[in-house]
Order: sequence, then structure tokens, then C-alpha cells
Amino acid sequence: MRAPAPAYAADLNGATIDAAQALGAKLLSATDLVGEVALHVDRVSLVETMTALRDTPGLEYQQLMEIAGVDYPDRGADRFEVVYCLLSLTRNHRIRVHVQTDEEKPVPSVTGLWPVAGWLEREVYDMYGVLFSGNADLRRILTDYGFRGHPQRKDFPLTGFVELRYSEEAKRVVYEPVQLAQDFRTFDFMSPWEGAEYILPGDEKAALPEAKGAPTPLKADEIVKADATQSAKAAPTTPKTTDSPAQTGDGKAEPK
Amino acid sequence: MADYLEKLEGQADAGDPEVGDVTIENYTINFGPQHPAAHGVLRLVMELDGEIVERVDPHVGLLHRGTEKLIEYKTYTQALPYFDRLDYCSPLCMEHSFVLAIEKLLDIEVPIRAQYLRVFFAELTRISNHMLNLGSHVMDVGAMTPNLWLFEIREDCLNFFERMSGARMHHNYLRPGGVHQDVPLKLLTDIGEWLDTRLPRLFEDAISLVADNRIFKQRNVDIAVVSRDDAIKWGFSGPMIRGSGIPWDLRKSQPYDVYAKMDFDVPVGTRGDCYDRFMVRVEEVRQSARIMRQCLNEMPEGPIASLDRKVVPPKRGEMKRSMEALIHHFKLYTEGFHVPAGDVYVATESPKGEFGVYLVADGSNKPYRCKIRPTAFSHLQAMDFMMKGHMLADTTAVLGAMDIVFGECDR
Repeated sequence: MRAPAPAYAADLNGATIDAAQALGAKLLSATDLVGEVALHVDRVSLVETMTALRDTPGLEYQQLMEIAGVDYPDRGADRFEVVYCLLSLTRNHRIRVHVQTDEEKPVPSVTGLWPVAGWLEREVYDMYGVLFSGNADLRRILTDYGFRGHPQRKDFPLTGFVELRYSEEAKRVVYEPVQLAQDFRTFDFMSPWEGAEYILPGDEKAALPEAKGAPTPLKADEIVKADATQSAKAAPTTPKTTDSPAQTGDGKAEPK
Repeated sequence: MADYLEKLEGQADAGDPEVGDVTIENYTINFGPQHPAAHGVLRLVMELDGEIVERVDPHVGLLHRGTEKLIEYKTYTQALPYFDRLDYCSPLCMEHSFVLAIEKLLDIEVPIRAQYLRVFFAELTRISNHMLNLGSHVMDVGAMTPNLWLFEIREDCLNFFERMSGARMHHNYLRPGGVHQDVPLKLLTDIGEWLDTRLPRLFEDAISLVADNRIFKQRNVDIAVVSRDDAIKWGFSGPMIRGSGIPWDLRKSQPYDVYAKMDFDVPVGTRGDCYDRFMVRVEEVRQSARIMRQCLNEMPEGPIASLDRKVVPPKRGEMKRSMEALIHHFKLYTEGFHVPAGDVYVATESPKGEFGVYLVADGSNKPYRCKIRPTAFSHLQAMDFMMKGHMLADTTAVLGAMDIVFGECDR
């Protein structure tokens, strides 16, 4: 690896995957990508897997550093992935354990092994709505008291649904539906010739051949004339004139 | 009065609970959310038995800004300034984890001078962070003067940062592939002189006031003792795990950038109490100064960012003259660079402990998911068992020794 990233004992990656094979059917797959070992394990037997990872000599992942949720809505079933980042202080090695679930199937809590998991699981629950069975204190943690929804899901809008302000009349903070002063804009800056799978606005005719004299693939009746939509409109009955200042439309709302 | 005394005579408390001892139930108080010793917006719901703390339930998230969500809508370069605003006391160390994670996915080489500059300023950040923490810890338990003297040092650090990046606090200085710009030689010589003269004088003066002070020791020794097993189970890191006697420092065990070449010691505590955590940080400041001196001695000349033009934009002068550079400039500042699909968890030793970034890239120019591992989350969670059986007044000492900043905790 050329990048100056933290250099833990990456030469143990192969040995770790070999040792993890002892998990048997609980281990769905083990990968070694970008210098990091990731184990995809069965959800139901997670606690046994974690106990084995913590206590088996040759694995010895004593510390649970992080639990991260990830949302993959395109996957269909089991859209959420819960990622446990483990650290071995004695072997100086890191490992990630991935579990897949959805909104309903609970993930067994690992608070019995590592009490630190309490808040980490609360956060995943708060952000994604993933349930953890066995966590005695599964409250929201980061969002507001009385918040609804799970903000890190990909289908939750960045702007949220409510905004709050201090109301002088009510003498307290009030919640209101979000009103955006301008539309939320998001640009992906993808090159149309590098994988963007949509047609850019104004680029609808790009499929037509550009070379001069090249035969067009379209039949004559398929080619829509540029002014076809305009010529189809009926002519206005009253001529459009501006005779007095009142007719300029100055100060009026734009006609719909 | 005589009647009353007559009535009391010969009465046992147990027989009549209305006189003498009364049973008091535990009561609950709120510490914060706005409290000067909470170091930010922390709400502690405490259950007290008299003045003894029975249970602590920290409520966090009052400073939640949805940083992780915002980052998913920004290109990698645009996401970088959000990291300054996580732990606003040690902004550069937050950026450090993020750029290392991106570089790991890109597998890009970083010039050696850039690595030295990163380590050098990361250590300066550690000093400025510890100045704030040590000072406020001392002030929380009642001493005023050392805080003022330590802030003098922090002010120097912020001035140096301003000369480094143009910003005193939110530097936005590191870049995937290197650093934003080179620093003037005069800045390096000035810091070198400062390390030899002003820093030791002010720092040792201030610490000499508290390190052996009887009142300070009474407030900190044997307060919130954490055993080694507990420190591991509760996911401690940084000065908190070292205070409990485990010599674990990511700069030593999992060196990144040029830390592998640096010669420094890792201080550890013996008892695992608040005083140990304080003294671990004090020694870390001296070790940081040592690392910075080595950086100054060894730092070579050379480029400060990778020459890979598909990741690092060209300098402005070059952009004005070369068509190719202009194209790269335009592409990198609009579309940004694409990071190959994959996921990494990269953790560095921030002044507060292990600060990690779990980055999932999907091959586009924006992170698919960027989970930030704050140090404060695991430490604050342990507050409940650390406070059990201690006095209410010890809360501030325990919080001070944890070194919690809510920009990072709440994200």
C-alpha cells in the first residue's frame, strides 16, 4: 500500500481469515479488500460469533470501537448493514464484522460482551431504525426529543420534514413543516459520457447523428419539428398590446 | 419550648417517624444543558442520594447537526471542512483521519514533506487541545491562574495556525494527497524558537502550580478509578486508556504518515483516576514538543502534495498558463475526483483518543456513507459507572478529565 494510512499488522489478514473459518456456517463470507478484513456473518448467531472473535486465541478482538449502520435501499430485502469495527490490542489488528437486516428483523445486542455497545446501538437505531434485541435502553440518542423518522436512511430528505423556530406569540419553540426559500438543488457533476444514465435537460436530441451527411436512424415521421408544439397552439383571440401602464403587469403576480 | 422538650423526652425515632430522622428518597437533578463546567451542551440527569451520585444518564445530541448526512451530499473536497467543525478544539486531527481514509481508498502516494507537515501540525494541534483541556479541568476544580497561563500558549498556537492556513480554528489545511499549501520558513523557525523558550517556560510554570498542589490532588486522586478491564470493555482510547495503565497509542502501534520515524514515549497512568489522566496529558504535551522538534530537524524540501493531477488540483500560477492545468482545475473544483468503490475504517490518535472514519465509497465523487467514530461517545457513556458513589462536586473533575467536546460527540 502506498498511502500513509495507519499501518496495523496487515500481514495477519490471511491468518485471521483462516482462523475465522472455524466459525463454520455462521460465517457467510470473508474478504480482504483494501488491506482490511471484513467478515459477513449470520445475523441470528451474532452474539456467539462475537464471543468467538473476542475469546478465541488467535483472534482476540478485545475492543469494540464502533458500530456503523449503512443503508443500501437498492438491495431489496435486508437493506441495512450493521458494521462492527473490532480492534485487537494484543495482535494489533482490526477487523470489520458485517450483518444484514431490515426494519423488522432485530439484530442481537452485543451489550453483554461490550457495554460500550449500548450507545452505539442506540445511535444505529436512531439513525436507521434497526432494532437490537436485548438492548435494555434502546432510546433515541442524537436526534431531538420526540423526533420522528430515521434521518440517515437514504430515502430521508437532507432537509428533513420539520423546522423549528422561536415563536414570539407562543413564547416557546414551535415546530413547522419545512419551507424552502428555494428548491433544494443537488448536482452530481457526472459526465454524460462517463456513466450517467439519464439525458441532460436540453440534450434530448443528442442521440441524433452529428456528422454532416450521415444517414439519420430516425424515420421521417419520428422527427419532431422544433416548433411543432408552438404551431399547434391556437392564435390568441385578443391581440397582446400594452397601451397603459396598468397593462404592463407591473407589480402583479406572474400569471399561471 | 418546655412543652416541646417534654414531649420529645422518652420518644424513640423509630416509634414516631415525625420527629428526628426522616427517610429521604433519592432525588433527580439536571446538570446542564447549559452549564459552564459541562464544556458544551451536555444534559446530565443525575439521581442523587443526598450529595452522593447514584446514577447518571447523559443526554447528548443537543448539538447534532447531521454532519454525516451532509457529507453524503458533498464531494470529498467539500466534505473536508465539516471535519474541522467536529472537534473544534483539535480540528487538524479530525481532518487527518478523513484524508487518510480517502488516500487509502485511492491508494495515492503522499510526498514526504507533506507527511512531515501533517505530523508537525497535528502535534501542534495536540498541544493546543491539551492547553484547553488541562486549563479548563484545573479551573473546574477551582484554580483560576493556570488556565489563564495555558490559554496564553493556546493563543500562540492559534496564531501559528493562522500563519499556516489563514484560519485560527477551522483550518481546512489537509488535502487528500498532501496539504493545501507550503508554510513559510519563518513560521517553522518561529515555532522552533517557541518550542524551546516560551512553551516550556509558560507550561512548566502553570503545571507546577497544580501538579503537586494539595487541593488539586484532593479533588482528583482516586476519583473515578477505571480498571484496565473496564477501560477495554468500554472502548476507551487515547489518554483515557493510557490513564488506566494500558500503553496503547495509535501513533506508536499503528503509525501513519511519518510517525514511524518519530522517537517519543507513551506515558501511562498507574491508578486509573482523574489525576492520572491529567498527568498523562501533561506528559503528552512534552512528548508532542519532542516530536515537533524532530520534524523540524528532519523535514526535507520537496512537493507538499501529490503530483497526481487527477486528485490534487494544480497551483493557481500553473492554472493560469497551462490549458491542461486549467481543465484539471475546473474538473476538480466542480465534479471533484472519483474514489474507487470500497469501504475502509481508518482511525488516528486524535488528542482525545481514537478518532475513526468508516468510509464507504461507491465509485462516485461523493461518499456513499461516512460514519464518524467520536472519541467522546464511549467515554461519556462510561460516566454512569465512573460517577457511582462519588460526590456531586466530582462531576466536574470527571468530565474535565474525559476531555469531551460536543461538536464531535453529537456530530
